[in-house]
Amino acid sequence: MDVGPLVSLNAAYARAIDNEQFEQWPELFHEACLYKVTTAENVAHGLEAGVMYADSRAMLRDRVSALRKANIYERQRYRHIVGLPVVLGERDGAAEVETPFLIVRIMRGGAMDVFATGCYRDKVRPDAVGALRFVERIAVCDGGRFDTLVAIPF
Amino acid sequence: MDIRHTETIPSPIWPEDSVARVPYWVYQDPANYARELSRLFEGPTWNYVCLEADIPNKGDFRTNVVGALPVIVVRDADGAINCFENRCAHRGALIALDDGGNAANNFKCIYHAWSYDLCGNLRGIAFERGINGPDGVVRGGMPRDFKRETFSPRKLRTTTLAGLVFATLSDDTPPIEAYLGAEILGRIRRVLNRPIKVMGRFTQALPNNWKLYVENVKDTYHASLLHLFFGTFRITRLTQGGGVLVSPDGGHHASYTIDKADDRQSTAYRDQGIRTEDKDYTLADPSLLDTVKEFGDDIQLQILSVFPGFILQQIHNCLAVRQVVPCGTDRMELRWTYFGFADDPPEMTTRRLKQQNLVGPAGFVSMEDGCVGGFVQRGIAAAGDQVSVIEMGGDTTESQATRATEASVRGFWKAYRARMGY
Repeated sequence: MDVGPLVSLNAAYARAIDNEQFEQWPELFHEACLYKVTTAENVAHGLEAGVMYADSRAMLRDRVSALRKANIYERQRYRHIVGLPVVLGERDGAAEVETPFLIVRIMRGGAMDVFATGCYRDKVRPDAVGALRFVERIAVCDGGRFDTLVAIPF
Repeated sequence: MDIRHTETIPSPIWPEDSVARVPYWVYQDPANYARELSRLFEGPTWNYVCLEADIPNKGDFRTNVVGALPVIVVRDADGAINCFENRCAHRGALIALDDGGNAANNFKCIYHAWSYDLCGNLRGIAFERGINGPDGVVRGGMPRDFKRETFSPRKLRTTTLAGLVFATLSDDTPPIEAYLGAEILGRIRRVLNRPIKVMGRFTQALPNNWKLYVENVKDTYHASLLHLFFGTFRITRLTQGGGVLVSPDGGHHASYTIDKADDRQSTAYRDQGIRTEDKDYTLADPSLLDTVKEFGDDIQLQILSVFPGFILQQIHNCLAVRQVVPCGTDRMELRWTYFGFADDPPEMTTRRLKQQNLVGPAGFVSMEDGCVGGFVQRGIAAAGDQVSVIEMGGDTTESQATRATEASVRGFWKAYRARMGY
């Protein structure tokens, strides 16, 4: 698989979240999908849990509606810096891809701090109309310590 | 000259003889914090240090802290669990540098290679008898009368309870069963009724004093008011059945809600115009809350705390232990371990994975608990001589058959004052 479309997909992903257009975020996944935010240590020990876990696009939409309507937290947003994707292989029509990320969190008070770094481990496949979408996106954080709370998806 | 700041330094005297009033300096004062470390965490209390499932085999260990005291917890050749200070007897360096692993037969300090057995006894000193020089003469080494056995890291007593491992530095801590009391003990055994498996670990760094989080855990009053998920999806509401058990000394608690189908018509929340009532808010994928009763009763939520800093949580089928780690007057870490049972079928594992969205740093329900302590810490910045009001449900600390009460928060302060000497 060409790296170009993957870069575009990641750019659209980061833009949706960083511009707070969260409703666009689930649309970058297939209907049946897996999204998880976890840590390198949990992955290394074969521990399955995530701080976020969704196995359908509808669950991703629920994340967004919770973010919009339910959860209470201090105003904040992210700036994603997403590195270049590496295609590791292809299985069942899906490309297996790794892409490093860095997220700076901008808080109400103006602080701009590195919030998380890690690697997206993705399975990516075109949908019915040929648009590249995530079958799976596991955000594997390098560290296991999250400051205060994680409201917005990685 | 601005004399205000020299005149308002609060003195550590409890302002009123009531557990319904708590002075704000207790979340701010460095001397009070130091006193907490020695009197509470290093005092006659049981502190959670790991799960038995974390260290199933000989030599398996975890490192942790008891308050500020770094410790190693390790299973020895006899299957017993030992706990000792993670501090080399020589120069004070950490002995174990990893979160966990297998130590085989001994721990060796990397600084000068002093070694310890799995009971924490000092066993080996590098070059103890000196070194042979080129002239064949042995020079250096420890004095002949140095007694190794008197130089070990401090040892903590350990106890296990339903797969939990607790440790104490004090000889005066009563057996765990007496420490907790029969009611709390029963509530722990209700959940931890068979072998568990760890599903994940996460740490949350919270910008507040550790007690603000413990109070939040014990605060049954806030749950359905702060958390929309609770209210709207009927995970818990004050109009559901439930209550709070408080141990006789006040320090431990278990709150619970009972799943009853007959409160759908209740309008108590709407009548008061409380924010969490939103009948339009529905889940696109309700499988998140697909719950099965797995403990042979109707309790759908149980939150339990052990003084000073341990929490056991059952929210539907989402199970976790949480450890409160103080990191100064205005910082703490909350260390989550999610678990299921060793005999969980795959569909139960998936159910737990989905419900884990409710808790942790990104939890639909727990998220607010991560920030609300920081809001208090910042709100009280100039209020060290003021007090908080904890009077919901009266000014006593006994168990109550309602959750519109702050009885278990008052219980915490009852135990706190007794142990701190206030």
